[in-house]
Amino acid sequence: MSGIILPGADGLLFQRDRAWHPSADTPGYKSTTFRAPKHSLLALGPTQSEMTGPTFGHEKLGALDNDLIRNFSQDGTEAIGQRLVVYGQVLDENARPVPNTLVEYWQANAGGRYRHKKEGYLAALDPNFGGFGRSITDENGFYHFRTVKPGAYPWPNGGNDWRPAHIHFSVFGHAFAQRLITQMYFEGDPMIWQCPIVGTIPDKAAIDQLIARLDRQNTTPMDALAYRFDIVLRGRRSTMFENKLEGN
Amino acid sequence: MLHPTPSLKETPSQTAGPYVHIGMTPNFCGIGGVYAADLGATMINGPVEGERISLELRLLDGSGAPLSDGLIEIWQADANGSFVAPTAPNSNSVPAFTGWGRLPANEQGVMVFETIKPGRVAGPDGALQAPHISLWIVARGINIGLQTRVYFADEAEANADDFVLNKIMDKRRRETLIARREEGSPARYVLDIHLQGEKETVFFDF
Repeated sequence: MSGIILPGADGLLFQRDRAWHPSADTPGYKSTTFRAPKHSLLALGPTQSEMTGPTFGHEKLGALDNDLIRNFSQDGTEAIGQRLVVYGQVLDENARPVPNTLVEYWQANAGGRYRHKKEGYLAALDPNFGGFGRSITDENGFYHFRTVKPGAYPWPNGGNDWRPAHIHFSVFGHAFAQRLITQMYFEGDPMIWQCPIVGTIPDKAAIDQLIARLDRQNTTPMDALAYRFDIVLRGRRSTMFENKLEGN
Repeated sequence: MLHPTPSLKETPSQTAGPYVHIGMTPNFCGIGGVYAADLGATMINGPVEGERISLELRLLDGSGAPLSDGLIEIWQADANGSFVAPTAPNSNSVPAFTGWGRLPANEQGVMVFETIKPGRVAGPDGALQAPHISLWIVARGINIGLQTRVYFADEAEANADDFVLNKIMDKRRRETLIARREEGSPARYVLDIHLQGEKETVFFDF
């Protein structure tokens, strides 16, 4: 038995707006030089193989999986840095919430250093910060996690390029062709606009979609600031019988 | 509301960066103690139908260098051509065959998935597609995840009729998706994925 949810006779995904995404070959971001395919992508509609995808049960997650302040600590000592709650809603292009989907995130520590053997930045490691976590969205598509604000850091690209503070996100959706990786930035950060990786995105309005908003209303008093970051996945084309749509 | 049209734009992609392994395969990076295991490392959790295979993929850039910081996810049907049903939200059960795998590249740019050979699934024209595995590739220097497929060299007849392969006008390039079979126990299917160059892999916009 196949487990797909194909809503109606068409019900396939909206085509990706490739002009909204970064193109493959972006000389300002030098790592693309040998990694960008030179041939055009072959555009085909998704088949059953791309309209289905893996799903994950809530029970797979540990209690601290969405708490980067504590999930790596051996003795309960909390990570150093500006305490944050990052939350948001995963939606599709039809503004339908995407429930029960896995959201993963990873980031540098408050000093701008990653916990990785190839990381060469001189900022100190925080012994109590691993730098990653995951959530499954609730029935309304919401996720949330606790973390510390990542630091900006220099990286080898131009002579003196710096990444703005950012958090990497990976999102599944319910179809393998919705799979997305992106990065979240912080409202008001002047570093955003000088970053070659941000600059791979041609449209300023698209970049704005990656900038989380400070949410004073949801700040945890005497504890953590809140940032909201909503994520939009590809939507499904409607059929004539909209009321028969299932899933997202 | 009159004339409603889709109101939102897809969130733009950004590169997975050089440390995607931290977020997606932390145990492989030596960051233990947070997740019991790396998600997607095991695809077979019990008795399954079908032929067990090793799928050995190697990621290479346009200069021939391996992408040691890359990562590949695969998604496929089971031996009967069915995809695993979505997991119930509160379920803790793990299917015997998940259909989904995720592996980080090693220093040689190689990932070896232990899986089963998929059956055939229907294509958009109603005819069966040749057996294939869907790939999603991310790494530093890849601005948006690359979509491609792996087919099987010993399925020449099915490959010749495949809806997707036949959309590749330059027939020579179809070969970039076909993994060669090496007999053994289990049999190995081996394919190099070239991001650029004379042997550049065909990538899709599904």
